[in-house]
Amino acid sequence: MAVHEKITIAKAINASLRASMEADPKVLVMGEDVGKLGGVFRVTDGLQKDFGEDRVIDTPLAESGIVGTAIGMALRGYRPVVEIQFDGFVFPAYDQIVTQLAKMHARALGKVKVPVVIRIPYAGGIGAVEHHSESPEALFAHVAGLKCVTPSNASDAYWMLQQAIAGDDPVIYFEPKRRYHDKSRLDTEAIPDPLHKARVTQAGSDLTLAAYGPMVKVCTDVAKVAAEEGKSVEVVDLRSLSPVDFDTVQASVEKTGRLVLVHEAPVFLGMGAEIAARITERCFYHLEAPVLRVGGFHSPYPPSRLEDEYLPGLDRVLDAVDRALAY
Amino acid sequence: MTVEGTAQRKSTRSGSKRTTAKKASPAKAKAADQAERDQLVQLLTPEGKRVEHPDYAIDLSPDELRGLYRDMVLTRKFDAEATTLQRQGELGLWASLLGQEAAQIGSGRALRDDDYVFPTYREHGVAWCRGVDPTNLLGMFRGVNHGGWDPNSNNFHLYTIVIGAQTLHATGYAMGVQKDGADSAVIAYFGDGASSQGDVAESFTFSAVYNAPVVFFCQNNQWAISEPTEKQTRVPLYQRARGFGFPGVRVDGNDVLACLAVTKAALERARTGQGPMLVEAFTYRMGAHTTSDDPTKYRADEETLAWEAKDPILRLRTYLEAEGLVDDAYLAGIEEESDALGKRVREAVRAMPDPDTMAIFENVYADGHALVDEERAQFAAYQASFADADAAAEEN
Ligand SMILES: Cc1ncc(C[n+]2csc(CCOP(=O)(O)OP(=O)(O)O)c2C)c(N)n1
Ligand SMILES: [Mg+2]
Repeated sequence: MAVHEKITIAKAINASLRASMEADPKVLVMGEDVGKLGGVFRVTDGLQKDFGEDRVIDTPLAESGIVGTAIGMALRGYRPVVEIQFDGFVFPAYDQIVTQLAKMHARALGKVKVPVVIRIPYAGGIGAVEHHSESPEALFAHVAGLKCVTPSNASDAYWMLQQAIAGDDPVIYFEPKRRYHDKSRLDTEAIPDPLHKARVTQAGSDLTLAAYGPMVKVCTDVAKVAAEEGKSVEVVDLRSLSPVDFDTVQASVEKTGRLVLVHEAPVFLGMGAEIAARITERCFYHLEAPVLRVGGFHSPYPPSRLEDEYLPGLDRVLDAVDRALAY
Repeated sequence: MTVEGTAQRKSTRSGSKRTTAKKASPAKAKAADQAERDQLVQLLTPEGKRVEHPDYAIDLSPDELRGLYRDMVLTRKFDAEATTLQRQGELGLWASLLGQEAAQIGSGRALRDDDYVFPTYREHGVAWCRGVDPTNLLGMFRGVNHGGWDPNSNNFHLYTIVIGAQTLHATGYAMGVQKDGADSAVIAYFGDGASSQGDVAESFTFSAVYNAPVVFFCQNNQWAISEPTEKQTRVPLYQRARGFGFPGVRVDGNDVLACLAVTKAALERARTGQGPMLVEAFTYRMGAHTTSDDPTKYRADEETLAWEAKDPILRLRTYLEAEGLVDDAYLAGIEEESDALGKRVREAVRAMPDPDTMAIFENVYADGHALVDEERAQFAAYQASFADADAAAEEN
């Protein structure tokens, strides 16, 4: 069945891992609880049953160990796909990721490749306790040597993961956990967009909203509400956070003259800051308003009873849209 | 592996077949099994029979014995109530301690007031022993705060969710105690899964090198979510200590007397300058990992049933009854107290207000921060814009 009319992001990722493992015997899946349990989100459900314990590995509870050994296996010719259970638990592995994984290819003058993919369920909105709702993507995108991508729908989830696994660079693959069960269309025989290309998901002429991962849905909803008020909003799904497809954003902004960037991560030094700076450099004379950002605050992710207010939602994004249009 | 409990699991878990095949001869394994059991400090058998151990003696008054029973019953009640409250939607999540009451009450009651505790997220029984109001534990599981109690008022640190991190804090705290010349001790709780974390290995190293007065209390409840202990270690966990240069002991974690006696001895060592010790409480997580977990996905009922026969509360009760230390009136009294606790917890949770939105900006820094101030002001103005709009709408 090549076309799934409605498949969840979680199932699409599962299908993607399956396809990668079938295509290449060197692809391995490893992490805490990924085997018998199929992961705490069931994303790897059934993989150990079908591919065996040698290829779908329940690891000891040690993130630095998981990533460090994945690097070693990659040096030996394998393609490990590592799962970090939640965003807040990647930090024991941060040292291995930043000082080793990111730099090894360069240090070896290109003589070795470390094609490790690190899947991280990230961002909030699921009513969880602390460390389960964070958006640390900028901390990884900031590091040269790592590529960072994040899908917002089932089709991208399916294709982008396979592209990440097939590529020879380390990739951090951020999964929007609150969208795991959202359903959308997947054609497994389509020709996918290039991994690092952004996509205009909704055409508009007054203002560009650029977002990624969990916020794409919010921005799509904003565009609908804005349309009812007679404002034409274009939505760009960035998809890739390193590299960023600035060309697509630039083309959109040259058309609309206004840009609002939206992410859950804190605004301060977030993805939006870099994009705002670059777009301002690239198309200063097309801008009718300063580039605005909507995102998290410079405070720890709050207890879940406050997350609805903390997270950028319809109202906060609309507020920024209005402010940008007021110029 | 030859640890007690693993043997039962082998027959019920298909995933372990491969490792079983590589095992030594059955006779050898059996002898090793026996040796291992000898290592398990036990003072009260699963049948409720009092036994002696050459290294760990304990002599408790009837009141103290009854106190341990009461602590365990009330802790279990509180825990059950929290699970119910989660099902009713009052809590977002709950991590049950069911089955681990003896490990927690035994070790918790070994502590002095001036000792300091660094818990994981499951130490509700230890919190009880420290005098932390149980309702305070529920705030973070309800999602109204990230902790909600003052660590210094009961010498009970906040729950730590990031696996293993607190063992280093405990070690550093103990190093501070040592520098102060105090004779307090520190206890770090962690799980079998946590034993794999680098932080835990580093805390062993630091505590050994500095001879820090810290007790590492590992509740080996056999599972780290879906992964059995053999995914974390090839030797019994208590043996890890040896390589770092301090002693380790395995105690029957469902035997409250043994947990109390062994922890007391370990704390005493720490107090008297003899350095760290590892206590592995061999126990079992009777329930799901948390209310989000479904253990039927990865473990067999038979295993859980086998552990039910070793229930920590039942064995103490059997002993108390056999010794004539409790009567029906006493037990009925505990029952009543337990119902009252359940009611108090229910009411307290339902009455727990959501935090004020502006709490997002509180306590981010001790000395304040310009960006937080700016964002607080912006957000307040943004919120107020809705109030203005509402007011205008009402006037029209
Ligand atoms: C650094 C880190 N990685 C992963 C997790 C997710 N996680 C929460 S509890 C747990 C298992 C812990 O097992 P164990 O240490 O045996 O303690 P138990 O839950 O059995 O009490 C895992 C993997 C976490 N909280 N922190
Ligand atoms: Mg455990």
